[in-house]
Amino acid sequence: MKLKKILPQLATLFVVILIFGFFTMNAQLNMENRGIDFGYGFLTQESSFDVQFSLIEYSGSDSYGRAYLVGLLNTLLVSVLGIIICTIIGVIIGIARLSPNYLIRTTAAWYVEFFRNIPLLLQIFFWYYAALRALPLPQDAEAIFGSSYLTIKGFYTPSLIWKNLDIFIYSVIAAIIAIIFVRIHAKRLRENEGKHLPVLNISIAILFILPILTFFFGGVNVGYETPELKQLAKTSFKFEGGLSIPPELLSLVIALSLYTATFVAECVRAGIQGVSKGQREAAASIGLNRKQVLNLIIMPQALRIIIPPTTNQYLNLTKNSSLAAAIAYPDLVLVFAGTALMQTGKAIEIVSITMLTYLTLSLSISFFMNWYNAKIAIVEK
Amino acid sequence: MSILNLLNPSKDNLQSNLYLGSFLVGISLLDVFLNSFLKLNITSFLPSIISILLPFFLGMFGLHLMRIEFSGIKNLDRLNKNINTNNFNAALTLLIIFLIIKAIPPVISWMILDANISGDSKDACTGSGACWTYIKVWFKRFMYGMYPNEQIWRVNLAFIFLVVLAFVGFITPQKYRNLLTLYYVVIYPIIAFILIYYLISGGEFGLEWVETGAWGGLSLTFIVSFFSLIFCFPLGMALALGRRTELPIIKYVSVGFIEFWRGVPLITVLFMSSVMFPMFLPEDFFMDKLVRVIIAISLFEAAYVAEVIRGGLQALPRGQYDAAKSLGMGYWKMHIFVILPQALKLVIPGMANTFLALVKDTPLIFVVGLAELAGMLQMAKTNPKWLGYAMEGYVFAAIIFWIICYAMSKYSYNLELKYKTDR
Repeated sequence: MKLKKILPQLATLFVVILIFGFFTMNAQLNMENRGIDFGYGFLTQESSFDVQFSLIEYSGSDSYGRAYLVGLLNTLLVSVLGIIICTIIGVIIGIARLSPNYLIRTTAAWYVEFFRNIPLLLQIFFWYYAALRALPLPQDAEAIFGSSYLTIKGFYTPSLIWKNLDIFIYSVIAAIIAIIFVRIHAKRLRENEGKHLPVLNISIAILFILPILTFFFGGVNVGYETPELKQLAKTSFKFEGGLSIPPELLSLVIALSLYTATFVAECVRAGIQGVSKGQREAAASIGLNRKQVLNLIIMPQALRIIIPPTTNQYLNLTKNSSLAAAIAYPDLVLVFAGTALMQTGKAIEIVSITMLTYLTLSLSISFFMNWYNAKIAIVEK
Repeated sequence: MSILNLLNPSKDNLQSNLYLGSFLVGISLLDVFLNSFLKLNITSFLPSIISILLPFFLGMFGLHLMRIEFSGIKNLDRLNKNINTNNFNAALTLLIIFLIIKAIPPVISWMILDANISGDSKDACTGSGACWTYIKVWFKRFMYGMYPNEQIWRVNLAFIFLVVLAFVGFITPQKYRNLLTLYYVVIYPIIAFILIYYLISGGEFGLEWVETGAWGGLSLTFIVSFFSLIFCFPLGMALALGRRTELPIIKYVSVGFIEFWRGVPLITVLFMSSVMFPMFLPEDFFMDKLVRVIIAISLFEAAYVAEVIRGGLQALPRGQYDAAKSLGMGYWKMHIFVILPQALKLVIPGMANTFLALVKDTPLIFVVGLAELAGMLQMAKTNPKWLGYAMEGYVFAAIIFWIICYAMSKYSYNLELKYKTDR
């Protein structure tokens, strides 16, 4: 009986060790033969390649470590933008799929069927190589709202120039902390005395008034810089100044958010449908009004169903953002596992760092989700 | 009095409201229609902003007049119930209809009316619409990659054999039914491998050797997804069972394996298979790139398959395990005859989604230099003779992939209905 349990385990362990041992041995032999040494020392060496688009200061004289950081930040930028937009589209489509209006329902359903069934890589290619290439050249671009330009070389819009930005940010943080306190206070008031504070209105007021006050008292000032058309050569024009979003980022964010929105929409729909009709009726019968039914009864239950699969989709979006490499947007995979790998030839080190980065990202989010699920799980008596 | 009646549509003046309402809606639709199809603006005498918004307001007012509850007219009631419940819905309805009317003419003229398909060079494309000549000329490349033209029959023959052999399950007599699982899990993959190896790859029986680098196009998409699908399913099942056992070492090895592959993007896995994996093999040992890619995708998808199957195993009531054990069944007997048949039935939708994801992921192999459909499009797009037809290529590929994926999802939906057992 004992043997029956131990034997398969030992066999598994043996096979795993054998495979790992075999690979390590071969890797050592191969590297010795090719004269490559193993080590992560290259991270501090000068990278001597340029990156098209980066959020932090970066040039060829910086180290590989900094190039890694540039790639990571670009990946995170795409992911965050994609997550925000796909949530907005996804929630709208998900609710639209339950609309009583036949046309809206059908349109939403076709949106989902359409974007979900085309490979994401093709969609990215479509936006980058076909759709955005049809945009006008910088000199022919027409202004949107007077000062933004959508051209073949990217999207140009006025950038804000802040004075004392840090004070403004502190005020926003202070406002958020104040809102948390208001919510706690409101909850206590509701549970102890049965009084209802208009939490949403108060929160919005705090969020706007506090930062606005800093304009008057904190010396915060905001100006803007509009993009200007500059002539480089006879037929070559370019916008300078302002905020410029490269077409790679644009097409990547559009494709990722349109694609992921279909999955988010299905999660939202399932969540709303998952709350049984009886809950709504029961809530109405104890005298809650429509808003209270939605806020206190429906949404908490629907969110419990919606959030876990939606987080999974956010995770997928983050992992899918690595497709950026296919259209040369300098994300982690392209900068690090592409350019840096070609230059150093340190395949094992670089691929392992890249994979570990994504792994850390996914595992930390899934640990958080497990914790969150355990926290919000309905405890039945 | 009559004005008041018009603003509050009710059953009393049903006829006049209905006629006026449908007239207004008709006018507004006609205006948009003429504007979009014939480029006529019948309200051009008005200021431009009013001219643009007029159909919308006319339509809104018309729908408002038609919104009469319990009118007794069946079609009107259905209309009101479905697209005209209140002003907000009416507005959205109108916007969607306008959008459809506006979108049809440019799409149709680009795809059909102004498009070219005759000829076999770029010069044949004179219209302002799509250049389907490009697709026609490149069609063989999109389907078979760089596979030699005179050998293409081999690819076709292999696929026909595979499809025919896949249908064996439908015609087997009842007597041999229980051997079907064995057939699909073991024998069929082996036959498929032999077929593809000897027929597509060649090199024996007087067939010319075609290296895998020349394979490509949609047929490569099929080959990669087919083999990955076959390999990832048993592996995923083993991992799912491994994750559920009480034996700690097996359990943690499975958990580690699953979480690792689920945590990394496929593109890094492909990079690993192409640049890192060769370092792990003995120097004189050569493994084809295509094989490495198929192994990588199979391992990657196996982790997802494992999680789906685990969901099915967890969803089974404990009673099934207890009942099987009380009949004196051992671990394997219990799983093969009691647990897995039920669990697999439960996970059909999840499995279908995973396989769909697999098919949608295969274009990614383009990043390691295997030119399946998306890769061939990239190649064709940059061909100096055919510059500027990216749009046609992507539309074509999108339609093909859409049909495949949509058919798969509909099939899985039917399968789900067919195997649904009431509990």
